[in-house]
Amino acid sequence: MDNLLSIVIFLPTVAALILAVILRGEDELSQRNAKILALIATLATFIISLPLLTQFDPKNTGFQFVEEYDWLAGLKYKVGLDGISILFVMLTTFLMPIVIGACWTVRSRVKEYMIMFLILETMMLAVFSSLDIILFYVVFEAGLIPMFLIVGIWGGKDRIYAAFKLFLYTLLGSVLMLIAIIYMWFEAGSTDIPTLMQHEFSSENMILFGITIVGGIQSLLFLGFFASFAVKMPMWPVHTWLPDAHVQAPTAGSVVLAAILLKMGGYGFLRFSLPMFPVGSEVMATFVMTLSVIAIIYTSLVALVQQDMKKLIAYSSVAHMGFVTMGIFALNKQGLDGAIFQMLSHGFISAALFLGVGVIYDRMHTRDIDAYGGIVIRMPVYALIFMLFTMANVGLPGTSGFVGEFLTLTAAFKANTWIAFGATSGVILSAGYALWLYRRVVFGDLVKESLKGISDMDMREKLLMAPLIVMTILLGIYPALILDLIGPSVNALLEQVHAAQGVIIDATSKAIH
Amino acid sequence: MISTDINIVLPEITLAVFSMAALMVAVYGGKDKLAGLMIWVTSGVMCALGLWIAFWEPGTTTAFNGSFVNDGYARFAKVVILFGSAMMLLLSQDYLEKNKLLKFEFPILIALATLGMMLMVSAGDLMALYMGLELQSLALYVVASFRRDSIRSTEAGLKYFVLGALSSGLLLYGASLVYGFSGTTNFAGISETIHDGKLGLGMLFGLVFLSVGMGFKVSAAPFHMWTPDVYEGSPTPVTGFFATAPKVAAAGLFGRVVHDAFGGAITDWQQIIAFLSFVSMFLGSIAAIGQTNIKRLMAYSSIAHMGFALLGLSSGTQEGVQALLIYMAIYVTMNIGVFAFILNMERDGQPITDIKSLGLYSRVEPIRAAALAALMFSLAGIPPLVGFFGKLYVLKAAVNAGLSWLAISAVIASVIGAFYYLRIIYFMYFGTEVERMTGKMPLLHKLALYGATLIMLLGSINLFGIEAIAADAAASLFK
Repeated sequence: MDNLLSIVIFLPTVAALILAVILRGEDELSQRNAKILALIATLATFIISLPLLTQFDPKNTGFQFVEEYDWLAGLKYKVGLDGISILFVMLTTFLMPIVIGACWTVRSRVKEYMIMFLILETMMLAVFSSLDIILFYVVFEAGLIPMFLIVGIWGGKDRIYAAFKLFLYTLLGSVLMLIAIIYMWFEAGSTDIPTLMQHEFSSENMILFGITIVGGIQSLLFLGFFASFAVKMPMWPVHTWLPDAHVQAPTAGSVVLAAILLKMGGYGFLRFSLPMFPVGSEVMATFVMTLSVIAIIYTSLVALVQQDMKKLIAYSSVAHMGFVTMGIFALNKQGLDGAIFQMLSHGFISAALFLGVGVIYDRMHTRDIDAYGGIVIRMPVYALIFMLFTMANVGLPGTSGFVGEFLTLTAAFKANTWIAFGATSGVILSAGYALWLYRRVVFGDLVKESLKGISDMDMREKLLMAPLIVMTILLGIYPALILDLIGPSVNALLEQVHAAQGVIIDATSKAIH
Repeated sequence: MISTDINIVLPEITLAVFSMAALMVAVYGGKDKLAGLMIWVTSGVMCALGLWIAFWEPGTTTAFNGSFVNDGYARFAKVVILFGSAMMLLLSQDYLEKNKLLKFEFPILIALATLGMMLMVSAGDLMALYMGLELQSLALYVVASFRRDSIRSTEAGLKYFVLGALSSGLLLYGASLVYGFSGTTNFAGISETIHDGKLGLGMLFGLVFLSVGMGFKVSAAPFHMWTPDVYEGSPTPVTGFFATAPKVAAAGLFGRVVHDAFGGAITDWQQIIAFLSFVSMFLGSIAAIGQTNIKRLMAYSSIAHMGFALLGLSSGTQEGVQALLIYMAIYVTMNIGVFAFILNMERDGQPITDIKSLGLYSRVEPIRAAALAALMFSLAGIPPLVGFFGKLYVLKAAVNAGLSWLAISAVIASVIGAFYYLRIIYFMYFGTEVERMTGKMPLLHKLALYGATLIMLLGSINLFGIEAIAADAAASLFK
């Protein structure tokens, strides 16, 4: 099928439209129907997306499944996948049925809730597969609307503050990227991403307001994109919206946010920043890596003192994303491999952790760590599963969390030993907060009266966790599954970056002599 | 000779003759009993003229020694003006009836104002410019104070009149300076006296005063002071009208004057317009944050939007003019949808304008709330709604013209502005329950609201081909 990718992208939206038009009423039955329809739609999307994976040729480093149609203003609707983006597309289609499953306990405005998630899925898939930079911007930004409403309508007590913060923070980052995009459009005369990757933006030093800017235009463009991706990632110090959004978002919203939306930032670095502004990336690499290490250490320390489980996991997400940016900007093979692997594995692990918090929240309606203790006695299965993902979060060998952390740390060590030194201490801290959380919630004596009646996970919750468990362990013991898939694309990307940097270095050394 | 001239201005003559005839019929006929009918007939005439102009043979023709220009640019603006006016007129009927304001003068005054606007965008001469401007303004002063027994409405009309007269005076002063230093009032003649892209001191003063006058009409900061008060005080249909067609006419006139008459001195007026644009965007975005009255909020919103439109104009390129035209067309469509909603905000027959009264509106009327939310996202310029593409065009024009600093300021202003649009969505979706709004929405208003929403949603596919038309229209200004 020629339009397979577009079908995968738009199927959820079609389902959302069907939901919006056909289903009426707020009674039990129509709520159930809405959930079932959404589940079918996301499962169908996943099944239809499987041929993308089977037909994908990893040796071909170009874009595959490319579709191109004219759009307004000389732009194109152009989508396609390479070894990097196919992973994120598959991650999205794989996780969305789980997300819908996690919504099963929602009771208010179910239809709208499902519509929001379905539209969000289309936007996320389009972000990962668009090959036109304006199309990318449009869907990148459009994903904010459903997320704003999900947090704002179905969120917790301070949801309004969190929703506004989420929206305005990310919007401010994105509009700066928009200016950079328009400038590139003007400069290169094209919005086609493969063309832009080949275009060499000027990297001669320039002087702006009396300040010499090393790397010139490339550095400025890099900063424009960095503003957006750093907020999305989120990197220290612009991460503060994430804990608020996570705490206030409903469980399913948190899962989407942590598992998929955060990956857009990392994906953006790989798709735009590195290949389009190699010199800018080189100039900024140390800066970004420093920020990453600060994020790893600082947010791990902050996570240690959290009282709210979701907030703790949110801070741990920021720390894990620090490993990703550190790996990317180490600018070597292990770094990129590790960063991509880490993003993928964090997608599974954080989804499972937020689901895990959701399980006990649904029972006790509190996320306060002090309200729990000793639930292993009443919930043995839950304790086991939560243990697995806590360990994966720490980066225990045998789980997928280990591979990503190990590779990024190796890469950082190659690039800068001090950075690697700092980041490794973050690993210890992460073991500290994760295990301490586990001890306080699961172990200890079951003294609290309210916990004595708590029931173990039901069938639905086990089913939701099962695929995540399989993926976490499978990738942990056989990472080649992913690394082989991304290998050629990563190599091509690195070659391109190094070639561009080499050219520039030659030119500058010639100029000096 | 005269017959070819008349052929060119035939649509304007038709509207003028129609207004007079309608006035006679109503005065000697059923008076206010005919008002409802008159609204429909006037809208019908405007739509018919709009279609006529839309299918006018392409090309540029001038009449009366170049004082009236009929080119693609003017025709584009006129079609937007005529359909915008017709739509707002139709939407106003229900409100006027409920508030006992249904008088036959209303449609006639709107028709005359529209005629003035058509002349404004076609002006090829300072005299024609002033005549069009005054015809429009005089009609608008009257409709602003249409609710005679209300102090606020009268105040709005008076305020608008006094400030409008001042701005007209400034504009006239500028016009006389330009005439004095160039020796002609004809735009083509004026542009011939400009050499090497430099304006003499006298001409420069004339340009500044002209810009001030026109800045007042587009309600660009710092000449916006009248806008919030007039928007708030006027009856809501009039506010809606102010927010649509006259803005297009004023922006169209602005583009016409700077390009046709001062096209040789881009750097001189570029600074002025860039300044107006910058101040308007920030003032409109920041001042709207504290507003609780939705009409006042829309006033600041329109100031910010005019800032964006002027951003396109300030680039001084054909691309910029195209962006301006597309922006105005999108802006008018959004405002028609939003005002179709505002016109129906009432409780027990009393119009209300407090945005807090929208509290949890999404539970009462989910579809209407969703439509308004989509329009708000569009006004804020969030993709994939069409409002974003309007912004994209102007930003692109500005960046390509080397005005990156202004483009960066613009996006920062738009983030600030997003806050107050989101606030409306916040009230509708996350707010607290309030006493419900009552009143049924007439079918026509629903059509306008949902129609505008659909255009905002579906337009992202290809903008309904408006892009190519606007490109042709802009090209006619750069022959």
